Amino acid sequence: MPDIKVTPLGAGQDVGRSCILVSIGGKNIMLDCGMHMGYNDDRRFPDFSYITQNGRLTEFLDCVIISHFHLDHCGALPYMSEMVGYDGPIYMTHPTKAICPILLEDFRKITVDKKGETNFFTSQMIKDCMKKVVPLNLHQTVQVDEELEIKAYYAGHVLGAAMVQIKVGSESVVYTGDYNMTPDRHLGAAWIDKCRPDLLISESTYATTIRDSKRCRERDFLKKVHETVERGGKVLIPVFALGRAQELCILLETFWERMNLKAPIYFSTGLTEKANHYYKLFITWTNQKIRKTFVQRNMFEFKHIKAFDRSYADNPGPMVVFATPGMLHAGQSLLIFKKWAGNEKNMVIMPGYCVQGTVGHKILNGQKKLEMEGRATLDVKLQVEYMSFSAHADAKGIMQLIRMAEPRNMLLVHGEAKKMEFLKDKIEQEFSISCYMPANGETTSIVTNPSVPVDISLNLLKREMALGGPLPDAKRPRTMHGTLIMKDNSLRLVSPEQALKELGLSEHQLRFTCRVQLHDPHSDNDTLGRIYTHLKSHSVNASPYGPI
Amino acid sequence: MSAHINHVVVVLQQVSLEEVPAKKLRLTKPSKSAALHIDLCKATSPTDALQYLLSFARRPVEAESVEGVVRILLEHYYKESDNSVRLKIASLLGLLSKTQGFAPDCIVDDAINTLNNEKSHQVLAQLLGTLLIIGTQLPDKIAVVQRLIDVACKHLSSTYFGVRNKCLQLLGCLGTVDKPLSKETDAGPGAQTSHVRDVQSVISDYFQDQDPRVRTAAIKAMLQLHERGMKIQQTIYNQACKLLSDDYEQVRSAAVQMVWVLSQLYPESIVPIPSSNEEIRLVDDSFGKICHMVSDGSWVVRVQAAKLLGSMHQVSPHFLEQTLDKKLMSDLRRKRTAHERAKELYASGEFSSGRRWADDAPKEKVDTSGVNLIDSGACGAFVHGLEDEMYEVRISAVEALCSLAQSSPSFAEKCLDFLVDMFNDEIEEVRLQSIHVLRQISTHITLREDQLDTVLAVLEDSSRDIREALHELLCYTNVSTKDCIQLALVELLKNLTKYPTDRNSVWKCLKFLGARHPTLVLPIVPELLSTHPYFDTPEPDMDDPAYIAVLVLVFNAAKSCPTMPALFSDHTFRHYAYLRDSLSHLVPHLRLPGRKQTASSGLEASGVGSGSLESAQNFLQDSLVRVSALQNLETPGAQDLLEFTIRDLLRLGELQTELAGSADFCATYLHCQLLLTKWLSFDDLEFLYSGLETQQIATIHNVRLQAKALQLILTARSKPGVDRVLGACEKFLQDVESFQRLFMTELPHFQDSFVEKLLELMPRLTTCKPLDLVKILQTTLRQSGFIHLKLPEQIHRASATIIEPTGESDNPLKFTTGLVVALDIDATLEHVQDPQTSVKVQVLYPDGQSHIIHPKPGDFRTPGPGRVRLITQVYLSHSAWTEACQIEVRLLLAYSSSSSKQSASKPAWNESMDGLPTSESCIEGTIHLSKPVKVFIMPKPARR
Repeated sequence: MPDIKVTPLGAGQDVGRSCILVSIGGKNIMLDCGMHMGYNDDRRFPDFSYITQNGRLTEFLDCVIISHFHLDHCGALPYMSEMVGYDGPIYMTHPTKAICPILLEDFRKITVDKKGETNFFTSQMIKDCMKKVVPLNLHQTVQVDEELEIKAYYAGHVLGAAMVQIKVGSESVVYTGDYNMTPDRHLGAAWIDKCRPDLLISESTYATTIRDSKRCRERDFLKKVHETVERGGKVLIPVFALGRAQELCILLETFWERMNLKAPIYFSTGLTEKANHYYKLFITWTNQKIRKTFVQRNMFEFKHIKAFDRSYADNPGPMVVFATPGMLHAGQSLLIFKKWAGNEKNMVIMPGYCVQGTVGHKILNGQKKLEMEGRATLDVKLQVEYMSFSAHADAKGIMQLIRMAEPRNMLLVHGEAKKMEFLKDKIEQEFSISCYMPANGETTSIVTNPSVPVDISLNLLKREMALGGPLPDAKRPRTMHGTLIMKDNSLRLVSPEQALKELGLSEHQLRFTCRVQLHDPHSDNDTLGRIYTHLKSHSVNASPYGPI
Repeated sequence: MSAHINHVVVVLQQVSLEEVPAKKLRLTKPSKSAALHIDLCKATSPTDALQYLLSFARRPVEAESVEGVVRILLEHYYKESDNSVRLKIASLLGLLSKTQGFAPDCIVDDAINTLNNEKSHQVLAQLLGTLLIIGTQLPDKIAVVQRLIDVACKHLSSTYFGVRNKCLQLLGCLGTVDKPLSKETDAGPGAQTSHVRDVQSVISDYFQDQDPRVRTAAIKAMLQLHERGMKIQQTIYNQACKLLSDDYEQVRSAAVQMVWVLSQLYPESIVPIPSSNEEIRLVDDSFGKICHMVSDGSWVVRVQAAKLLGSMHQVSPHFLEQTLDKKLMSDLRRKRTAHERAKELYASGEFSSGRRWADDAPKEKVDTSGVNLIDSGACGAFVHGLEDEMYEVRISAVEALCSLAQSSPSFAEKCLDFLVDMFNDEIEEVRLQSIHVLRQISTHITLREDQLDTVLAVLEDSSRDIREALHELLCYTNVSTKDCIQLALVELLKNLTKYPTDRNSVWKCLKFLGARHPTLVLPIVPELLSTHPYFDTPEPDMDDPAYIAVLVLVFNAAKSCPTMPALFSDHTFRHYAYLRDSLSHLVPHLRLPGRKQTASSGLEASGVGSGSLESAQNFLQDSLVRVSALQNLETPGAQDLLEFTIRDLLRLGELQTELAGSADFCATYLHCQLLLTKWLSFDDLEFLYSGLETQQIATIHNVRLQAKALQLILTARSKPGVDRVLGACEKFLQDVESFQRLFMTELPHFQDSFVEKLLELMPRLTTCKPLDLVKILQTTLRQSGFIHLKLPEQIHRASATIIEPTGESDNPLKFTTGLVVALDIDATLEHVQDPQTSVKVQVLYPDGQSHIIHPKPGDFRTPGPGRVRLITQVYLSHSAWTEACQIEVRLLLAYSSSSSKQSASKPAWNESMDGLPTSESCIEGTIHLSKPVKVFIMPKPARR
């Protein structure tokens, strides 16, 4: 039986380092190529030696698809394509293609220039890597080769995030990447048609969470920020430069405008300006409100939000600062956090998920003393708030997507094993489809039942239709007579006469006879007559060939 | 000779008489069809023929020649081998049979015959479409309809979706229940079963068609049957429910409608729940199913589902309340929603105590088997709908919430939190709609403090519409505690300082707030008025809008709370007297204990002092009686009496807003009378007041006639010359006739009046010479008595106030000559009928130039019944001035009366009326509706 094989190199029962290998219909596809935020060693990148011990990946992979520009989905891309070696096509959407190199460059700078790591990819490698990228449009079907086609759907997680449908013949897999089923201030909700794939590979970050309405969340967030600012405290919001940052910026910007507040809002890194530029450009990827009003005013042209300078952190008075990165594991956000942590008037709002091992994860778990490099400790006095603003689908959202797509099998990645377990049970129970959750390096194979297309001759079809019953029962299977010809990798169904003609064979008739002995006292003629009438009354069709 | 000529003339006449119709016939019928015939014969290729047909279709065909044209078309139809031409002919047949006055019976047979030989599916579909048109033209001809239905049934088994579509459409539009389709169905190869079948079961067969378009058509046909008043069978319900999970949105959309129709037809029947033994009412079941569609993949379906939910009032409360249900969890632990938390906080009395650490921390562990991730039935439908991506869905959900909440108070209480949340929607329309909705259901609800807090936060919104809608909402809101009142007052005052233009709206809002919650206001009165038990506090500034706002709140509360005035300090009483006088519409009358009214006007001395509506009415009556005692205006003292009465009435109108219309009307009428006696004429009574009865209108017309007569006499005397007077006389007589025509029934009331006498003299008037007429008029005028006005019941005076510009600004509006400057105008109109067409803005420049601007219909908003808000911009421009000068802006009410219709040409947009004398700013056909507002402008010369 044909099957689809899925092997996560990263994100199997884990968050971060998304990299999933899929073999379908003889094609090998890599879905996402991310890095892990929690590690600084080799574990940071997926283990590409799983694919081939040494040598280039080009001959093993037919294509690489990147779902969105977050580093845990694209961070290992230059490493894979330039250092390990891959020359095939890399597919991503237009906004991802535009923003991805900015983030990769930022990532490179932090790792190489700040931490002084060597043996890391260079700027040139990022550029070379981006040259291999083929852009995708929403709902556009792209033929990778003659058999393999891919199609992108809107995922709503960040600007340009896409879910991808991969199709070979009649087998298909949908990979969701990260997605969000509830619309927010700048993005719409994920949407997919009823494509009924053989396998749906879904993220499951919030497998065990059902979230409250976003309006309550927004109101809470604004209230907290407002109160702190009125008290004269400083608010630190660690974010990833792109994605939630823009969402929160829009939220605060509109709030500041409505309430006529004066406290400054800063955005920490220079890369944001570059990225914001792309946000202004890719209006078609945003939500209804922004798309409708951008003619009057582009929502991404912020009035109240200014660029941050390091010296501002020591300024007196209230302020709100967005700083990268989002999990407080390095960079500017950590610097500012160290400065402000001692004052209980201040506040840090963690708007998203924090991977285990990061400072963010520690303070969210209530740790009051942090160990820093060089055995220094840091007292955490400021208030720590957690607001789930990360745009992942919650348990209900995941179920909703399953209902929309109606897959035959389900595979969960990008989540914690324990939480996946729960969701897996639920999916199997509600939809009665099998659900898998492989760990990294573990291969799952799913048996498919692909339909085999057969050409049928029109004459035969018409003849059968004329014989058949009424039309409305078209969905019911029907038996028909014909000859199946398998020739040169193609299947055809033709009428027996035509098959004979094509194959240059003549018709043979088989006749079955048998002898029956009768012991009858009557005369021969009489017996014959009686049998004949008897048979006739039972309406047995006398053979046209044989006399009785 | 003459006889001969006569004869010739007669002959000529006959010829012309005969020829006219004959010519017409020859011109139309043969030429039209013949030309077509020739064209079609000439056509060498199908493209040519198609071109001819296309150009032919552009011209209309007369009813009498349709049949001929149809015959010719059919002839060509049979000859034609090209599908596209036949298709066009078929569609033309349909078009032609729609011609007014043409009965398509005669072509039914031909049209049906064409079907039999047709091979092309597209043409077949088009022909069936034609038959559908013919059928709808002849709904009464049962035989024809029956034939058409047979034809449709026969073709239902076609392999082409278009043909099936049209057949279903035909069945939907023409099918009847009474007549089963037994014998015909077995004619078609599709239907081998020959038992009796009716239209509905035939159509419902196609609910499972392989083509989504046919499925849609089948449901639509069924809905069509329903619209035609046919009772849909309940058996269809299950099939329709299955279609709700169709792959195609059009099918789902139609199915939602179908399910809804069935739920309205059979709300109480019982349906089983699959996979269990329970049974529920059909309306509940369908409610659950439609709720499910609120999270459909297609937003069109979502909008429809959300809309339909609003009209399902029969659903059980249990199911209704499920729609707002949601259970949160975090890491498999039960979590309370923000709404629940707010409620608990409130219940524990800890609201606004500041933040509590981790109050949203997850609580108990959730039993994994008990969590239902897939919403079944109605669960959370509105939670989904209100968070939808498309604002269309959100708006429909809000509207549905509203209509359901109006019929169920308990549901109203529940949906409150969600509606309040919608106040923070990102789209203004949605915010506005939810505010309006909350106002509509406000009778059922009482706002909690935390809810009020959220509501009041919206007061800072920069959109004026939102703020005003919110003021309107606060007028009707019930709140629960005195803190709420204080909170609302504080926020409203903040609003007032931030947006001073909201003054009137805020005051009005506080008026209702005070009147609604006297007991809640009582405990905070000392605080509000900042009085102190021992010390005298400084007297607040009387012109401070915020202080006025507080006073409005307190006084309105004091109206139904007699103990409150005891808490007032001295200056409060003084301020009361002042405000009662200056803002009488906001400050009610209070019975102040132990305090004599500082009666200032003669009016109050004469009995209205006690202030109640009743006595005011009595006073009004009295004044009129007094005036009616007047027999003749020539009597000495009569004019004085009139003048006093007018003054009293005007004052009364100011004090008693309820009677303002009546009092004003009487006063103006008397004023006219007075003026008339002073040999002046003036009339615009009729158009400024609404709610007049015919008799009163007739009275006004009577006065108008008198005035006209006077004018006539005046002209005759001052300007000798017969031609002028002649014209004027004729016009006058016309007016008299039209009066007679219009007010025939009212004439008995006009005993001894000018008109009555005039009408008596009418035969003489029409024949006599102008000068005589003038003389007669003069004597009649002298003799005629004064008609007394009956007190009108319901009169509203059309009025307008310009709120902005205020006319107080000393800074001139500077702009460059030759360019335009936009001036924002904000005005309220009251009791104006059809404001979109009748209200204009007039701009009067100091040089006498006057512009009339017609505001766009979209600039008129209607915040409440009888009230209209005009927020518009007018464009000003002028040549250079040496210094800043004031222009006048005012509103005009355009009217059209019988007399002014001919003369008042409709002014075009922004039409300038140059060269009018400065004093005469009134343009014919308009009445001043508002007081003019002066705006300082300064056109600067353009810099070169």
